[in-house]
Amino acid sequence: MLCSSLLFSSQLPILSVSMASNAPLIMFLAFVGLTLLITFWAAKKNTGASAYFAAGRSITGWQNGLAVAGDYMSAASFLGISGMICFSGYDGFMYSVGFLVAYITVLLVVAEPLRNAGKYTMADLLAYRLKPRPVRALASLSTLTVSTFYMIAQMVGAGVIIQRLIGLPFAPAVVGVGVLMLVYVVFGGMLATTWVQIIKALLLIAGALLLSFLVLQFHEFSFTKFFNAVAHADYGGTAEPKNLMEPGLKFGVAAAGPWGPLDLISLCLGLVLGTAGLPHILVRFYTVPDAKTARSSVVWAMAIIGAFYIMTTFFGFGAATILEKAKILTADGKPDTNMVAPILAQHLGGELFFAFISAVAFATILAVVAGLTMSASASFAHDFYSNVIHHGKENRPGMEIRVARITAFCVGAVSIGIAIYLGPSVNAAFLVGLAFAVAASANLPVIVLSVFWKRFNTSGAVAGLAVGLISSIVLIMLSPNGVFGKAGAIFPLENPGIVSIPIGFLAAWLGTILTARDPAAEAKFAELRVRAHTGLGSEKATSH
Amino acid sequence: MSQSPLDAPSPALNPDWEKLEEKPEFRALLVRKRQFIVPSLVFFMLFYLALPILVGYWPDLMKTKVWGEVNIAYVFALSQFLMAWIMAYLYVRVAAKWDKSAAAIIQGHE
Repeated sequence: MLCSSLLFSSQLPILSVSMASNAPLIMFLAFVGLTLLITFWAAKKNTGASAYFAAGRSITGWQNGLAVAGDYMSAASFLGISGMICFSGYDGFMYSVGFLVAYITVLLVVAEPLRNAGKYTMADLLAYRLKPRPVRALASLSTLTVSTFYMIAQMVGAGVIIQRLIGLPFAPAVVGVGVLMLVYVVFGGMLATTWVQIIKALLLIAGALLLSFLVLQFHEFSFTKFFNAVAHADYGGTAEPKNLMEPGLKFGVAAAGPWGPLDLISLCLGLVLGTAGLPHILVRFYTVPDAKTARSSVVWAMAIIGAFYIMTTFFGFGAATILEKAKILTADGKPDTNMVAPILAQHLGGELFFAFISAVAFATILAVVAGLTMSASASFAHDFYSNVIHHGKENRPGMEIRVARITAFCVGAVSIGIAIYLGPSVNAAFLVGLAFAVAASANLPVIVLSVFWKRFNTSGAVAGLAVGLISSIVLIMLSPNGVFGKAGAIFPLENPGIVSIPIGFLAAWLGTILTARDPAAEAKFAELRVRAHTGLGSEKATSH
Repeated sequence: MSQSPLDAPSPALNPDWEKLEEKPEFRALLVRKRQFIVPSLVFFMLFYLALPILVGYWPDLMKTKVWGEVNIAYVFALSQFLMAWIMAYLYVRVAAKWDKSAAAIIQGHE
């Protein structure tokens, strides 16, 4: 606004007005246009399954690091966390911490064995020495479940952004996002998805830097002043000052009752163990040429993701020191937790900056949704269609890619439907936290045990996947957010991880020791072990 | 260029996996990896989970101010970022050595 009025106000007042009101739309269209060009370019390079599902394994370390960051920092991170910190202070910052340190588990335990032993999906690793059909069927189901949970959070975020930005109602906005993402995935495959994620990661970091800069400028570049203001956060003088630096506003006993602290621990467990079981993050390690590059891409991702989450300090806490309460409440007076960051941008940088931040948030969502759709559809096509239904024999060449495209369409439609049903008020970070808990309970136990435990067998994997998946979902249904509401909740915690993750591990272990040994699986353990730890025989890059 | 995802695994020679797995050098590599990874993971989980436990059950201790309005809770949260980065750095450094051992073990099989 400031910049456009300086430029145009003297000669072209009309243009100034239309520029300002159309700026969001123009920026948004510019991003969409650019990414569609990439998709078009990628579509021409997509020759064969390895190119479509794994970008020809030709992505470099820093590129994949940026793409992992772009795949990971979702609507939950940008919109959800900043809202959570703005209203709940320190307790919201716990999401930021957990989202980063989780990468230690990815780096030390799963990234390299997965790259060495798998091909396109998480289930490849499990099917390596276990009976492929039951294991793949369940792994595919779990992938679809986690991805759908995650996707709903993104759709809700996209809906509120577009609603605010272009004035489109929630439902058509969500449908629009769904259609765009399908174009990327259906035509562009993994290569287009990767580049959309890289561009988005750069845009998001730029947006976060600018926003943090403006917040610090507001506090005259003094950390003392900034933290002082946070400790007496009064929402621009519109509320009683409260100390947001102090823990306990969301999970403390006073705020959440006696179960609060345990709920926080449960959330943290889910976050720190969930990332290593997120299918859309895991498949990113198939896009690089070898395990060494997978490792360096995790390190790149950790640098970028860490820097971003530290900045949530400034635009999360900062929002509470600057924005008036009336601006960040919904029409019916509830906290509008998903819109804090864009409104802060509008307040500090005017309409143009609001447009930029909204476009960044939107780009963020598109990139994550593309990644989710990609991994869900790859899993259904590769694991379920080819290996479960067709016993690993492709009846016609190219069929797997076709099935993947059809699945992308169905997954998109289901998430759109659920997001519209849930409506705009659910917090995106909270929804994603649940997806992490499901991933940690169902996927992580079987991934770890299949690589590190010789005795592990098919029954153990089936039990681990099924029980982990069912227990986490049932606990969510019985939680205060579930079917019986806050008063009738049977399970007192909002986050199921602390119970469902041990149950997942226990089921995988019991399922193994209570059933007969599987000599074939144990015989193949030597092969998997050598392959996982040395990279001998792993899938090679196919295109450059 | 692989045309179908279902074709045979990469056309590497079919090595004798059992023999490779029993090689003393391979066993030594596994031991070295375990000696780094297991203690690191244990330390990391303890250090990380200490945060929600302390914040949840000893909030008054964590509210102690150390620098202006900045309290122990916030400093401990920030230290988690530092811990993660340092651990990643140490891991990458030691893993580069493992790469060399791994390459030596599979030499002649690729």
